[in-house]
Amino acid sequence: MRYNALQILRKGLAGNRGWRPAWRKAEPQAAYDVVIVGGGGHGLSTAYYLAKRHGVRRVAVLEKGWIGSGNVGRNTTIVRANYGLPGNSEFYSHSLKLWEGLERDLNYNVMHSQRGLINLFHSDGQRDAYARRGNAIRNQGDDAILLDAEGVRKILPYLDFEQTRFPIYGGLYQPRGGTARHDAVAWGYARGADRLGVDLIENCEVTGIETEGGRVTGVQTSRGRIAAGTVGLAVAGRSSQVAALAGLRLPIESHVLQAFVTEGLKPVIDHVVTYGMGHFYISQSDKGGLVFGGDLDFYPSYAARGNLPMAEHVIEAGVTLMPMIGKARMLRSWGGIMDMSPDGSPIIDRAPVDGLYLNTGWCYGGFKAVPGSGDCFARLLATGEPHPAAARFRLDRFETGHGLMDEEGTGAQHNLH
Amino acid sequence: MRLDCPLCGPRDLREFTPRGAAVLARRPEDETWSEAWHDHLHLRDNPAGRSDELWYHGAGCTAWLVVERDTATHEVFSVRLAAEGGA
Repeated sequence: MRYNALQILRKGLAGNRGWRPAWRKAEPQAAYDVVIVGGGGHGLSTAYYLAKRHGVRRVAVLEKGWIGSGNVGRNTTIVRANYGLPGNSEFYSHSLKLWEGLERDLNYNVMHSQRGLINLFHSDGQRDAYARRGNAIRNQGDDAILLDAEGVRKILPYLDFEQTRFPIYGGLYQPRGGTARHDAVAWGYARGADRLGVDLIENCEVTGIETEGGRVTGVQTSRGRIAAGTVGLAVAGRSSQVAALAGLRLPIESHVLQAFVTEGLKPVIDHVVTYGMGHFYISQSDKGGLVFGGDLDFYPSYAARGNLPMAEHVIEAGVTLMPMIGKARMLRSWGGIMDMSPDGSPIIDRAPVDGLYLNTGWCYGGFKAVPGSGDCFARLLATGEPHPAAARFRLDRFETGHGLMDEEGTGAQHNLH
Repeated sequence: MRLDCPLCGPRDLREFTPRGAAVLARRPEDETWSEAWHDHLHLRDNPAGRSDELWYHGAGCTAWLVVERDTATHEVFSVRLAAEGGA
């Protein structure tokens, strides 16, 4: 069923009866050409582009829970392409361009809102660093505008500019940055993949990866064995466990990142604002809730919930930056499980087992990568060759030291990002 | 989450800084780059369950600790001094 405005009007007037489920409840078949493990944003977009761009028709996405039950439904929905280093820069640029055509492509409203994103800076040195980053972004062909304090004041008048701890010197503004409705991204890709014949198999946990002579032959699941010569893993925080089924140890540590939302308010924050010095960032959802977060809790965790000290730290930083939010009442907080790589950048590469492919290491930036990651992973799965935009996301960069992408310049070891 | 420091007793999480998997306490002997160093610095079991980790009691006795903890529930089983072979 293709959606259109007339249909929404007619169904709406008829009490919204007659809508059909957006995707089938597929039963697992005995064999597929490609099996993708993980029915989150990355797995679903991979399946969609595999079917759409590469004509691979016998594709299954295996999801342990239900579609959209993982990080794709737990993030803070920010979409941007403001990376400075070669590797990340071209990839996120590619991803943002896919975002910009996504709704038309999927025939689905993902509520992509390019409301603009501002990274604040608080010293001369930080201004220099952001000027350099801004130039790198513009060299990549994306947008970046260096604002001084007055420039920031014009668009964010409500900030506490003269605060004693980190007075605001200016900001790096990316007008094309913004947000999208995270669940709708999962649903839109799921529906799109389903319409192209992909089987989305929910409540199907992978319990084993079968190999024969160093080649993948299939997976064992809670719903039986499925044969496949090509298996792609896109399981985010659970990457280590699933890769271990094939005897692999990954350069990944899973950490909890907390997020918070207030009760719904009238429109008050019109952009995405990041306050790196205070470890705080915020935007307002279309429903009105202030959605914000900060740093990792910094200890490995699969609990999908954090501890109070980091919650306090994030909220203190937020109230320091924009005292007006101190009166908002918090509705809930939660945690997502981040697949942290040592240099803070992702991995889209062949595994050391033939036919097995890895898509992991998204750290806390996986949501904006969903279209780009799917497109690039699909190319790799279909052809065995990397997409040019993701050619630097290699697994062996930690072993060789070549091509590390340490965007923050803190070092390429765990616990530094 | 509270950690029961062997020197200071049970203390609030705010006093401690996590460093990562306890394997970090055992440096490879190789003096040049090797597979062992790659393993030591980058590769992790990353268990969803019981795990040994290094923590630093910076706002207390400044001891390095080995904390045995469940990463799925945040339950803490034991806290030992790294200097006394806890790692």
